[in-house]
Amino acid sequence: MTYALAFQDLTLGYDRNPAVHRLCGEIAEGSLTAIVGPNGAGKSTMLKGVNGSLRPLTGRIAFGGLTRGEIAYLPQQSDIDRSFPVAVADLVAMGLWQEIGGFAGLRATHRARVAEAISAVGLEGFERRPIGSLSGGQIQRALFARLLLQDARLVLLDEPFTAVDAKTVADLISVVRRWHGEGRTVLAVLHDIDTVRAHFPRTLMLARELVAHGPTAQVLTAENQFRARQMCEACAGPPHVCGRSAE
Amino acid sequence: MMWELLIHPFADFGFMRRALMGCIAISVGATPVGVFLMLRRMSLTGDAMAHAILPGAAVGYLVAGLSLGAMTVGGLIAGMAVALLAGFVTRVTALREDASLAAFYLISLAVGVLIVSTRGSNVDLMHVLFGTVLALDDAALVLLCSIASVSIFTLAVVFRPLVLECADPQFLRSVSGFSAVTHFTFLSLVVLNLVAGFHALGTLMAVGIMILPAAAARFWAVGIGALIAVAVSIAMISSVSGLVLSYHAGLPSGPAIILVAGVAYALSVVFGPAGGLVARARLRHHLEAWSGTP
Repeated sequence: MTYALAFQDLTLGYDRNPAVHRLCGEIAEGSLTAIVGPNGAGKSTMLKGVNGSLRPLTGRIAFGGLTRGEIAYLPQQSDIDRSFPVAVADLVAMGLWQEIGGFAGLRATHRARVAEAISAVGLEGFERRPIGSLSGGQIQRALFARLLLQDARLVLLDEPFTAVDAKTVADLISVVRRWHGEGRTVLAVLHDIDTVRAHFPRTLMLARELVAHGPTAQVLTAENQFRARQMCEACAGPPHVCGRSAE
Repeated sequence: MMWELLIHPFADFGFMRRALMGCIAISVGATPVGVFLMLRRMSLTGDAMAHAILPGAAVGYLVAGLSLGAMTVGGLIAGMAVALLAGFVTRVTALREDASLAAFYLISLAVGVLIVSTRGSNVDLMHVLFGTVLALDDAALVLLCSIASVSIFTLAVVFRPLVLECADPQFLRSVSGFSAVTHFTFLSLVVLNLVAGFHALGTLMAVGIMILPAAAARFWAVGIGALIAVAVSIAMISSVSGLVLSYHAGLPSGPAIILVAGVAYALSVVFGPAGGLVARARLRHHLEAWSGTP
Protein backbone atom coordinates (compact mmCIF):
# COMPACT_ATOMS: atom_id res chain seq x y z
CA MET A 1 0.00 0.00 0.00
CA THR A 2 1.46 3.34 -1.02
CA TYR A 3 1.06 6.36 1.20
CA ALA A 4 -0.22 9.78 0.20
CA LEU A 5 1.68 11.34 3.05
CA ALA A 6 3.75 10.20 5.99
CA PHE A 7 4.42 12.04 9.24
CA GLN A 8 7.98 11.45 10.33
CA ASP A 9 8.49 12.54 13.93
CA LEU A 10 6.62 15.71 13.05
CA THR A 11 6.46 18.63 15.48
CA LEU A 12 4.49 21.70 14.46
CA GLY A 13 3.89 24.80 16.50
CA TYR A 14 3.89 28.52 16.95
CA ASP A 15 7.02 30.20 18.29
CA ARG A 16 8.51 27.35 20.34
CA ASN A 17 5.25 25.92 21.66
CA PRO A 18 4.37 22.68 19.96
CA ALA A 19 0.75 22.20 18.90
CA VAL A 20 1.49 18.85 17.29
CA HIS A 21 4.22 16.88 18.99
CA ARG A 22 6.32 14.02 17.62
CA LEU A 23 3.66 12.70 15.26
CA CYS A 24 4.42 9.55 13.29
CA GLY A 25 2.17 7.69 10.88
CA GLU A 26 1.10 7.23 7.29
CA ILE A 27 -2.05 8.27 5.45
CA ALA A 28 -2.75 5.72 2.73
CA GLU A 29 -3.37 6.86 -0.82
CA GLY A 30 -7.11 6.99 -1.49
CA SER A 31 -8.09 6.76 2.18
CA LEU A 32 -10.90 8.70 3.81
CA THR A 33 -9.68 9.74 7.25
CA ALA A 34 -11.32 11.76 10.00
CA ILE A 35 -9.09 13.67 12.39
CA VAL A 36 -10.64 13.95 15.85
CA GLY A 37 -9.54 15.23 19.22
CA PRO A 38 -10.40 17.84 21.87
CA ASN A 39 -10.08 21.57 21.23
CA GLY A 40 -6.44 22.60 21.15
CA ALA A 41 -5.34 19.12 20.14
CA GLY A 42 -3.46 20.42 17.11
CA LYS A 43 -5.86 19.21 14.42
CA SER A 44 -5.98 22.44 12.44
CA THR A 45 -2.26 22.94 12.95
CA MET A 46 -1.62 19.52 11.45
CA LEU A 47 -3.59 20.44 8.30
CA LYS A 48 -1.66 23.71 8.02
CA GLY A 49 1.53 21.68 8.16
CA VAL A 50 0.32 19.35 5.42
CA ASN A 51 -0.77 22.19 3.18
CA GLY A 52 2.62 23.83 3.59
CA SER A 53 1.57 27.07 5.26
CA LEU A 54 3.28 26.11 8.52
CA ARG A 55 6.84 24.84 8.52
CA PRO A 56 7.71 21.96 10.89
CA LEU A 57 9.75 22.79 14.00
CA THR A 58 11.29 19.34 13.75
CA GLY A 59 10.66 16.22 11.71
CA ARG A 60 9.03 16.27 8.30
CA ILE A 61 6.05 15.31 6.19
CA ALA A 62 6.85 13.05 3.24
CA PHE A 63 4.54 13.16 0.25
CA GLY A 64 4.14 10.02 -1.85
CA GLY A 65 4.59 11.77 -5.17
CA LEU A 66 2.12 14.57 -4.45
CA THR A 67 3.00 18.07 -5.58
CA ARG A 68 1.73 21.16 -3.81
CA GLY A 69 -0.68 21.92 -6.65
CA GLU A 70 -2.42 18.59 -6.06
CA ILE A 71 -3.39 19.50 -2.50
CA ALA A 72 -6.63 21.39 -1.88
CA TYR A 73 -7.29 22.97 1.51
CA LEU A 74 -10.50 24.32 3.03
CA PRO A 75 -9.63 26.27 6.17
CA GLN A 76 -11.77 26.27 9.29
CA GLN A 77 -12.68 29.92 9.22
CA SER A 78 -12.13 30.97 5.71
CA ASP A 79 -11.04 34.60 5.69
CA ILE A 80 -13.23 35.30 2.68
CA ASP A 81 -14.33 38.91 2.55
CA ARG A 82 -18.01 38.31 1.93
CA SER A 83 -18.69 41.97 1.32
CA PHE A 84 -16.41 41.84 -1.72
CA PRO A 85 -18.51 42.01 -4.90
CA VAL A 86 -17.76 38.65 -6.50
CA ALA A 87 -20.41 36.41 -8.05
CA VAL A 88 -20.78 32.82 -6.86
CA ALA A 89 -19.78 31.44 -10.28
CA ASP A 90 -16.61 33.55 -10.27
CA LEU A 91 -15.64 32.38 -6.79
CA VAL A 92 -16.23 28.75 -7.78
CA ALA A 93 -14.34 29.19 -11.07
CA MET A 94 -11.19 30.05 -9.12
CA GLY A 95 -10.95 26.34 -8.36
CA LEU A 96 -9.61 26.10 -11.91
CA TRP A 97 -6.56 28.18 -10.94
CA GLN A 98 -4.12 25.32 -11.58
CA GLU A 99 -5.38 25.15 -15.17
CA ILE A 100 -6.06 28.75 -16.07
CA GLY A 101 -3.59 30.50 -13.75
CA GLY A 102 -3.88 34.16 -13.00
CA PHE A 103 -4.38 35.44 -16.52
CA ALA A 104 -5.88 32.94 -19.00
CA GLY A 105 -9.53 33.23 -19.98
CA LEU A 106 -12.28 30.71 -19.27
CA ARG A 107 -13.15 28.45 -22.21
CA ALA A 108 -16.59 27.02 -22.85
CA THR A 109 -15.46 23.68 -21.37
CA HIS A 110 -14.33 25.47 -18.21
CA ARG A 111 -17.69 27.23 -17.91
CA ALA A 112 -19.47 23.91 -18.32
CA ARG A 113 -17.39 22.42 -15.51
CA VAL A 114 -18.12 25.41 -13.27
CA ALA A 115 -21.84 24.92 -13.92
CA GLU A 116 -21.52 21.19 -13.22
CA ALA A 117 -19.72 21.81 -9.92
CA ILE A 118 -22.32 24.36 -8.85
CA SER A 119 -25.14 21.95 -9.57
CA ALA A 120 -23.27 19.13 -7.80
CA VAL A 121 -23.47 21.11 -4.55
CA GLY A 122 -27.08 22.17 -5.14
CA LEU A 123 -26.50 25.86 -5.86
CA GLU A 124 -28.17 26.09 -9.28
CA GLY A 125 -29.73 29.48 -9.81
CA PHE A 126 -27.21 31.23 -7.53
CA GLU A 127 -24.50 31.60 -10.18
CA ARG A 128 -24.76 35.36 -10.63
CA ARG A 129 -25.58 36.22 -7.00
CA PRO A 130 -22.90 38.12 -5.08
CA ILE A 131 -21.29 35.96 -2.39
CA GLY A 132 -22.47 38.44 0.25
CA SER A 133 -26.09 37.35 -0.32
CA LEU A 134 -25.40 33.70 0.55
CA SER A 135 -26.08 32.09 3.92
CA GLY A 136 -23.31 30.31 5.82
CA GLY A 137 -24.38 26.92 4.50
CA GLN A 138 -24.57 28.19 0.94
CA ILE A 139 -21.07 29.68 1.19
CA GLN A 140 -19.82 26.29 2.36
CA ARG A 141 -21.54 24.67 -0.64
CA ALA A 142 -19.86 27.16 -2.96
CA LEU A 143 -16.47 26.44 -1.39
CA PHE A 144 -17.04 22.71 -1.91
CA ALA A 145 -17.85 23.42 -5.57
CA ARG A 146 -14.54 25.26 -5.82
CA LEU A 147 -12.79 22.25 -4.22
CA LEU A 148 -14.46 19.99 -6.80
CA LEU A 149 -12.89 22.02 -9.60
CA GLN A 150 -9.48 21.96 -7.97
CA ASP A 151 -9.37 18.30 -8.93
CA ALA A 152 -6.89 17.63 -6.11
CA ARG A 153 -5.47 14.23 -5.21
CA LEU A 154 -5.35 15.20 -1.54
CA VAL A 155 -8.25 17.17 -0.03
CA LEU A 156 -7.87 18.76 3.42
CA LEU A 157 -11.05 19.88 5.17
CA ASP A 158 -10.91 21.73 8.49
CA GLU A 159 -14.24 21.38 10.32
CA PRO A 160 -16.21 21.62 7.08
CA PHE A 161 -19.58 20.88 8.68
CA THR A 162 -19.50 23.32 11.58
CA ALA A 163 -22.42 25.78 11.67
CA VAL A 164 -24.10 24.07 8.73
CA ASP A 165 -27.60 22.52 8.82
CA ALA A 166 -28.26 18.78 8.51
CA LYS A 167 -29.43 18.88 4.89
CA THR A 168 -26.27 20.72 3.84
CA VAL A 169 -24.09 18.29 5.79
CA ALA A 170 -25.74 15.37 4.01
CA ASP A 171 -25.19 16.96 0.59
CA LEU A 172 -21.58 17.86 1.33
CA ILE A 173 -20.84 14.38 2.70
CA SER A 174 -22.03 12.93 -0.59
CA VAL A 175 -19.43 15.16 -2.28
CA VAL A 176 -16.78 13.80 0.09
CA ARG A 177 -17.87 10.24 -0.68
CA ARG A 178 -17.65 11.03 -4.39
CA TRP A 179 -14.01 12.08 -3.89
CA HIS A 180 -13.38 8.87 -1.98
CA GLY A 181 -14.94 6.86 -4.82
CA GLU A 182 -12.64 8.60 -7.29
CA GLY A 183 -9.61 7.42 -5.32
CA ARG A 184 -8.69 10.81 -3.87
CA THR A 185 -7.22 11.02 -0.39
CA VAL A 186 -9.38 13.00 2.04
CA LEU A 187 -8.37 14.25 5.51
CA ALA A 188 -11.15 15.96 7.45
CA VAL A 189 -11.08 17.50 10.92
CA LEU A 190 -14.44 16.70 12.51
CA HIS A 191 -16.13 17.11 15.87
CA ASP A 192 -19.33 15.17 15.30
CA ILE A 193 -18.45 11.60 16.29
CA ASP A 194 -21.66 10.20 14.74
CA THR A 195 -20.70 11.61 11.34
CA VAL A 196 -17.25 10.08 11.70
CA ARG A 197 -18.65 6.65 12.59
CA ALA A 198 -21.16 6.73 9.75
CA HIS A 199 -18.99 7.94 6.89
CA PHE A 200 -15.28 7.80 7.64
CA PRO A 201 -13.57 4.39 7.44
CA ARG A 202 -10.39 5.57 9.16
CA THR A 203 -9.75 7.91 12.08
CA LEU A 204 -6.69 9.61 13.49
CA MET A 205 -7.12 10.77 17.08
CA LEU A 206 -4.87 13.60 18.15
CA ALA A 207 -4.17 15.23 21.50
CA ARG A 208 -1.03 17.12 20.53
CA GLU A 209 0.54 13.69 20.33
CA LEU A 210 -0.93 10.76 18.48
CA VAL A 211 -3.54 8.90 20.55
CA ALA A 212 -4.62 6.31 18.01
CA HIS A 213 -4.77 5.85 14.25
CA GLY A 214 -6.59 3.10 12.37
CA PRO A 215 -10.04 1.79 11.49
CA THR A 216 -12.65 4.12 12.99
CA ALA A 217 -14.31 1.51 15.23
CA GLN A 218 -10.97 0.65 16.85
CA VAL A 219 -9.93 4.27 17.36
CA LEU A 220 -13.17 5.76 18.68
CA THR A 221 -13.23 3.83 21.95
CA ALA A 222 -14.27 5.39 25.22
CA GLU A 223 -10.82 4.63 26.59
CA ASN A 224 -9.05 6.53 23.77
CA GLN A 225 -11.36 9.51 24.06
CA PHE A 226 -10.77 9.69 27.81
CA ARG A 227 -7.01 9.47 27.29
CA ALA A 228 -7.11 12.23 24.64
CA ARG A 229 -8.91 14.56 27.04
CA GLN A 230 -6.42 13.86 29.79
CA MET A 231 -3.45 14.43 27.50
CA CYS A 232 -4.84 17.79 26.39
CA GLU A 233 -5.47 18.88 29.95
CA ALA A 234 -1.89 17.94 30.81
CA CYS A 235 -0.73 20.11 27.91
CA ALA A 236 -2.42 23.11 29.44
CA GLY A 237 0.22 23.21 32.20
CA PRO A 238 3.33 25.44 32.13
CA PRO A 239 5.55 24.81 29.08
CA HIS A 240 8.92 23.15 29.37
CA VAL A 241 11.64 22.28 26.90
CA CYS A 242 11.10 18.87 25.34
CA GLY A 243 13.65 16.49 26.88
CA ARG A 244 13.47 13.71 24.34
CA SER A 245 16.51 13.40 22.11
CA ALA A 246 16.13 14.75 18.59
CA GLU A 247 16.74 11.43 16.83
CA MET B 1 -25.38 80.23 -22.29
CA MET B 2 -24.16 76.63 -22.04
CA TRP B 3 -21.35 77.58 -24.41
CA GLU B 4 -20.33 80.45 -22.18
CA LEU B 5 -20.52 78.28 -19.11
CA LEU B 6 -18.94 75.01 -20.20
CA ILE B 7 -17.04 75.36 -23.46
CA HIS B 8 -15.71 78.90 -23.40
CA PRO B 9 -13.09 78.43 -20.66
CA PHE B 10 -11.57 75.46 -22.45
CA ALA B 11 -11.90 76.89 -25.97
CA ASP B 12 -10.19 80.14 -25.08
CA PHE B 13 -7.45 79.11 -22.70
CA GLY B 14 -4.75 76.53 -23.33
CA PHE B 15 -3.97 76.13 -19.64
CA MET B 16 -7.59 75.09 -19.03
CA ARG B 17 -7.39 72.45 -21.78
CA ARG B 18 -4.18 71.12 -20.27
CA ALA B 19 -5.72 71.05 -16.82
CA LEU B 20 -8.71 69.16 -18.21
CA MET B 21 -6.48 66.68 -20.00
CA GLY B 22 -4.40 66.09 -16.87
CA CYS B 23 -7.44 65.64 -14.65
CA ILE B 24 -9.05 63.17 -17.04
CA ALA B 25 -5.80 61.18 -17.16
CA ILE B 26 -5.76 61.06 -13.37
CA SER B 27 -9.45 60.09 -13.27
CA VAL B 28 -8.83 57.15 -15.59
CA GLY B 29 -5.65 55.99 -13.85
CA ALA B 30 -6.18 56.64 -10.17
CA THR B 31 -9.89 56.00 -9.67
CA PRO B 32 -9.90 52.24 -10.47
CA VAL B 33 -7.02 51.91 -7.99
CA GLY B 34 -9.17 53.80 -5.51
CA VAL B 35 -12.02 51.32 -6.04
CA PHE B 36 -9.74 48.48 -5.01
CA LEU B 37 -8.42 50.47 -2.04
CA MET B 38 -12.00 50.99 -0.90
CA LEU B 39 -12.99 47.34 -1.40
CA ARG B 40 -9.94 46.23 0.58
CA ARG B 41 -10.86 48.64 3.37
CA MET B 42 -7.63 50.47 2.68
CA SER B 43 -9.16 53.86 1.86
CA LEU B 44 -7.01 55.54 4.48
CA THR B 45 -3.93 53.78 3.14
CA GLY B 46 -4.13 56.12 0.15
CA ASP B 47 -3.87 59.07 2.52
CA ALA B 48 -0.95 57.50 4.36
CA MET B 49 0.91 56.84 1.11
CA ALA B 50 0.28 60.40 -0.06
CA HIS B 51 2.07 61.67 3.04
CA ALA B 52 4.81 59.10 2.56
CA ILE B 53 5.84 60.44 -0.85
CA LEU B 54 6.36 63.95 0.50
CA PRO B 55 10.04 63.66 1.56
CA GLY B 56 10.96 62.13 -1.79
CA ALA B 57 9.37 64.98 -3.67
CA ALA B 58 11.02 67.45 -1.31
CA VAL B 59 14.48 65.96 -1.81
CA GLY B 60 13.87 65.99 -5.56
CA TYR B 61 12.96 69.65 -5.32
CA LEU B 62 16.06 70.49 -3.28
CA VAL B 63 18.34 68.71 -5.70
CA ALA B 64 16.88 69.98 -8.95
CA GLY B 65 14.39 72.74 -8.19
CA LEU B 66 10.87 72.52 -9.60
CA SER B 67 11.94 69.64 -11.83
CA LEU B 68 9.27 67.21 -12.93
CA GLY B 69 11.66 64.29 -13.25
CA ALA B 70 13.49 64.75 -9.96
CA MET B 71 10.30 65.20 -7.93
CA THR B 72 8.65 62.23 -9.62
CA VAL B 73 11.58 59.91 -9.03
CA GLY B 74 11.98 61.18 -5.47
CA GLY B 75 8.29 60.65 -4.74
CA LEU B 76 8.33 57.16 -6.25
CA ILE B 77 11.37 56.12 -4.22
CA ALA B 78 9.96 57.44 -0.94
CA GLY B 79 6.53 55.91 -1.57
CA MET B 80 7.89 52.53 -2.59
CA ALA B 81 10.31 52.49 0.35
CA VAL B 82 7.47 53.06 2.80
CA ALA B 83 5.22 50.49 1.08
CA LEU B 84 7.97 47.84 1.01
CA LEU B 85 9.21 48.47 4.56
CA ALA B 86 5.66 48.42 5.95
CA GLY B 87 4.86 45.27 3.95
CA PHE B 88 8.09 43.64 5.13
CA VAL B 89 7.42 44.39 8.79
CA THR B 90 3.84 43.14 8.42
CA ARG B 91 4.88 39.85 6.88
CA VAL B 92 7.79 38.98 9.18
CA THR B 93 6.59 40.33 12.54
CA ALA B 94 3.40 40.30 14.59
CA LEU B 95 2.56 43.92 13.75
CA ARG B 96 -0.54 44.43 11.59
CA GLU B 97 -0.37 46.28 8.30
CA ASP B 98 -2.24 49.41 9.44
CA ALA B 99 0.11 49.94 12.37
CA SER B 100 3.33 49.32 10.44
CA LEU B 101 2.18 51.55 7.59
CA ALA B 102 1.23 54.31 10.02
CA ALA B 103 4.65 54.08 11.66
CA PHE B 104 6.57 54.39 8.42
CA TYR B 105 4.44 57.10 6.84
CA LEU B 106 4.66 59.24 9.97
CA ILE B 107 8.45 58.93 9.94
CA SER B 108 8.47 59.74 6.25
CA LEU B 109 6.16 62.74 6.70
CA ALA B 110 8.32 64.14 9.50
CA VAL B 111 11.42 63.82 7.33
CA GLY B 112 9.59 65.56 4.49
CA VAL B 113 8.41 68.50 6.56
CA LEU B 114 11.89 68.81 8.09
CA ILE B 115 13.55 68.97 4.68
CA VAL B 116 11.06 71.44 3.24
CA SER B 117 11.12 73.74 6.26
CA THR B 118 14.90 73.86 6.67
CA ARG B 119 15.77 74.34 3.03
CA GLY B 120 12.75 75.54 1.08
CA SER B 121 10.30 78.39 1.33
CA ASN B 122 6.63 78.19 2.19
CA VAL B 123 5.68 78.68 -1.44
CA ASP B 124 7.47 75.45 -2.33
CA LEU B 125 5.66 73.57 0.39
CA MET B 126 2.36 74.91 -0.91
CA HIS B 127 3.24 73.66 -4.38
CA VAL B 128 4.02 70.16 -3.17
CA LEU B 129 0.99 69.99 -0.91
CA PHE B 130 -1.59 71.53 -3.23
CA GLY B 131 -0.24 71.08 -6.75
CA THR B 132 -0.56 73.34 -9.77
CA VAL B 133 -3.22 71.95 -12.08
CA LEU B 134 -3.37 75.21 -14.06
CA ALA B 135 0.35 75.11 -14.80
CA LEU B 136 0.79 71.67 -16.32
CA ASP B 137 3.37 71.73 -19.13
CA ASP B 138 3.79 69.23 -21.96
CA ALA B 139 6.20 67.04 -20.02
CA ALA B 140 3.81 66.88 -17.07
CA LEU B 141 0.90 65.94 -19.33
CA VAL B 142 2.92 63.19 -20.99
CA LEU B 143 3.86 61.91 -17.55
CA LEU B 144 0.26 61.92 -16.30
CA CYS B 145 -1.04 60.15 -19.42
CA SER B 146 1.78 57.59 -19.33
CA ILE B 147 1.12 56.78 -15.70
CA ALA B 148 -2.61 56.44 -16.40
CA SER B 149 -1.88 54.04 -19.28
CA VAL B 150 0.59 51.95 -17.31
CA SER B 151 -1.83 51.85 -14.39
CA ILE B 152 -4.82 50.67 -16.45
CA PHE B 153 -2.73 48.09 -18.29
CA THR B 154 -1.19 46.70 -15.09
CA LEU B 155 -4.58 46.54 -13.42
CA ALA B 156 -5.94 44.56 -16.38
CA VAL B 157 -3.05 42.10 -16.15
CA VAL B 158 -3.23 41.50 -12.40
CA PHE B 159 -7.02 41.75 -12.20
CA ARG B 160 -7.78 38.14 -11.30
CA PRO B 161 -5.01 37.68 -8.70
CA LEU B 162 -5.89 41.07 -7.26
CA VAL B 163 -9.60 40.28 -6.91
CA LEU B 164 -8.69 36.98 -5.28
CA GLU B 165 -6.13 38.65 -3.02
CA CYS B 166 -8.93 40.95 -1.85
CA ALA B 167 -11.76 38.42 -1.62
CA ASP B 168 -9.97 35.29 -0.41
CA PRO B 169 -6.26 35.86 0.25
CA GLN B 170 -5.84 32.54 2.03
CA PHE B 171 -7.01 30.68 -1.08
CA LEU B 172 -4.68 32.67 -3.32
CA ARG B 173 -1.76 31.77 -1.05
CA SER B 174 -2.75 28.11 -1.17
CA VAL B 175 -2.86 27.91 -4.97
CA SER B 176 -0.08 30.21 -6.05
CA GLY B 177 2.91 32.26 -5.04
CA PHE B 178 1.35 35.39 -6.53
CA SER B 179 0.01 36.73 -3.25
CA ALA B 180 2.95 38.90 -2.23
CA VAL B 181 3.69 39.93 -5.82
CA THR B 182 0.08 40.99 -6.32
CA HIS B 183 0.02 42.97 -3.10
CA PHE B 184 3.18 44.91 -3.89
CA THR B 185 2.17 45.47 -7.51
CA PHE B 186 -1.03 47.00 -6.24
CA LEU B 187 0.79 49.21 -3.72
CA SER B 188 3.12 50.31 -6.52
CA LEU B 189 0.08 51.38 -8.52
CA VAL B 190 -1.14 53.38 -5.54
CA VAL B 191 2.21 55.15 -5.25
CA LEU B 192 2.49 55.70 -9.01
CA ASN B 193 -0.95 57.30 -9.24
CA LEU B 194 -0.39 59.46 -6.18
CA VAL B 195 2.83 60.74 -7.71
CA ALA B 196 0.91 61.53 -10.91
CA GLY B 197 -1.79 63.17 -8.82
CA PHE B 198 0.52 65.39 -6.81
CA HIS B 199 1.79 67.18 -9.89
CA ALA B 200 -1.74 68.31 -10.67
CA LEU B 201 -3.57 68.33 -7.38
CA GLY B 202 -0.81 68.14 -4.77
CA THR B 203 0.00 65.28 -2.42
CA LEU B 204 -3.03 65.83 -0.21
CA MET B 205 -5.67 66.42 -2.89
CA ALA B 206 -4.45 63.50 -5.03
CA VAL B 207 -6.04 61.07 -2.60
CA GLY B 208 -9.38 62.80 -3.03
CA ILE B 209 -9.75 61.98 -6.72
CA MET B 210 -8.72 58.41 -5.91
CA ILE B 211 -11.10 57.70 -3.03
CA LEU B 212 -14.14 60.01 -3.21
CA PRO B 213 -15.48 58.79 -6.60
CA ALA B 214 -14.90 55.19 -5.50
CA ALA B 215 -16.80 55.72 -2.26
CA ALA B 216 -19.62 57.43 -4.17
CA ALA B 217 -19.79 54.61 -6.74
CA ARG B 218 -20.45 52.09 -3.97
CA PHE B 219 -23.96 53.57 -3.71
CA TRP B 220 -24.74 53.10 -7.40
CA ALA B 221 -23.17 49.81 -8.46
CA VAL B 222 -22.59 46.34 -7.04
CA GLY B 223 -20.34 44.44 -9.47
CA ILE B 224 -16.68 45.36 -9.60
CA GLY B 225 -16.67 46.30 -13.30
CA ALA B 226 -19.66 48.57 -12.80
CA LEU B 227 -18.05 50.11 -9.71
CA ILE B 228 -14.97 51.07 -11.71
CA ALA B 229 -17.04 52.48 -14.60
CA VAL B 230 -19.22 54.57 -12.30
CA ALA B 231 -16.24 55.78 -10.25
CA VAL B 232 -14.27 56.87 -13.33
CA SER B 233 -17.35 58.68 -14.66
CA ILE B 234 -17.86 60.51 -11.38
CA ALA B 235 -14.16 61.45 -11.30
CA MET B 236 -14.32 62.85 -14.84
CA ILE B 237 -17.51 64.80 -14.23
CA SER B 238 -16.01 66.18 -11.01
CA SER B 239 -12.87 67.23 -12.91
CA VAL B 240 -14.80 69.13 -15.57
CA SER B 241 -17.23 70.70 -13.11
CA GLY B 242 -14.48 71.59 -10.67
CA LEU B 243 -12.40 73.29 -13.35
CA VAL B 244 -15.42 75.21 -14.67
CA LEU B 245 -16.37 76.23 -11.15
CA SER B 246 -12.86 77.38 -10.34
CA TYR B 247 -12.73 79.38 -13.58
CA HIS B 248 -15.98 81.22 -13.09
CA ALA B 249 -15.79 81.70 -9.33
CA GLY B 250 -12.06 82.39 -9.20
CA LEU B 251 -11.37 79.49 -6.82
CA PRO B 252 -8.25 77.35 -6.61
CA SER B 253 -8.80 74.39 -8.99
CA GLY B 254 -7.52 71.45 -6.94
CA PRO B 255 -9.82 71.94 -3.96
CA ALA B 256 -12.70 72.85 -6.31
CA ILE B 257 -12.39 69.51 -8.12
CA ILE B 258 -12.22 67.54 -4.89
CA LEU B 259 -15.15 69.46 -3.41
CA VAL B 260 -17.31 68.68 -6.44
CA ALA B 261 -16.36 65.02 -5.97
CA GLY B 262 -17.34 65.49 -2.32
CA VAL B 263 -20.75 66.80 -3.37
CA ALA B 264 -21.15 63.78 -5.68
CA TYR B 265 -20.32 61.59 -2.70
CA ALA B 266 -22.84 63.35 -0.46
CA LEU B 267 -25.58 63.03 -3.10
CA SER B 268 -24.73 59.33 -3.49
CA VAL B 269 -24.97 58.75 0.25
CA VAL B 270 -28.48 60.17 0.22
CA PHE B 271 -29.90 59.07 -3.13
CA GLY B 272 -27.78 56.08 -4.20
CA PRO B 273 -29.98 53.05 -4.91
CA ALA B 274 -27.44 50.57 -3.52
CA GLY B 275 -27.71 51.22 0.21
CA GLY B 276 -28.20 55.00 0.18
CA LEU B 277 -30.24 56.67 2.91
CA VAL B 278 -33.43 57.03 0.84
CA ALA B 279 -33.20 53.44 -0.43
CA ARG B 280 -32.71 52.21 3.13
CA ALA B 281 -35.66 54.19 4.43
CA ARG B 282 -37.87 52.63 1.73
CA LEU B 283 -36.57 49.19 2.67
CA ARG B 284 -37.51 49.74 6.30
CA HIS B 285 -40.99 50.76 5.22
CA HIS B 286 -41.40 47.44 3.39
CA LEU B 287 -40.25 45.43 6.37
CA GLU B 288 -42.76 47.08 8.69
CA ALA B 289 -45.58 46.41 6.23
CA TRP B 290 -44.62 42.73 6.21
CA SER B 291 -44.40 42.22 9.94
CA GLY B 292 -48.03 43.33 10.37
CA THR B 293 -49.51 40.38 8.49
CA PRO B 294 -50.20 37.18 10.47
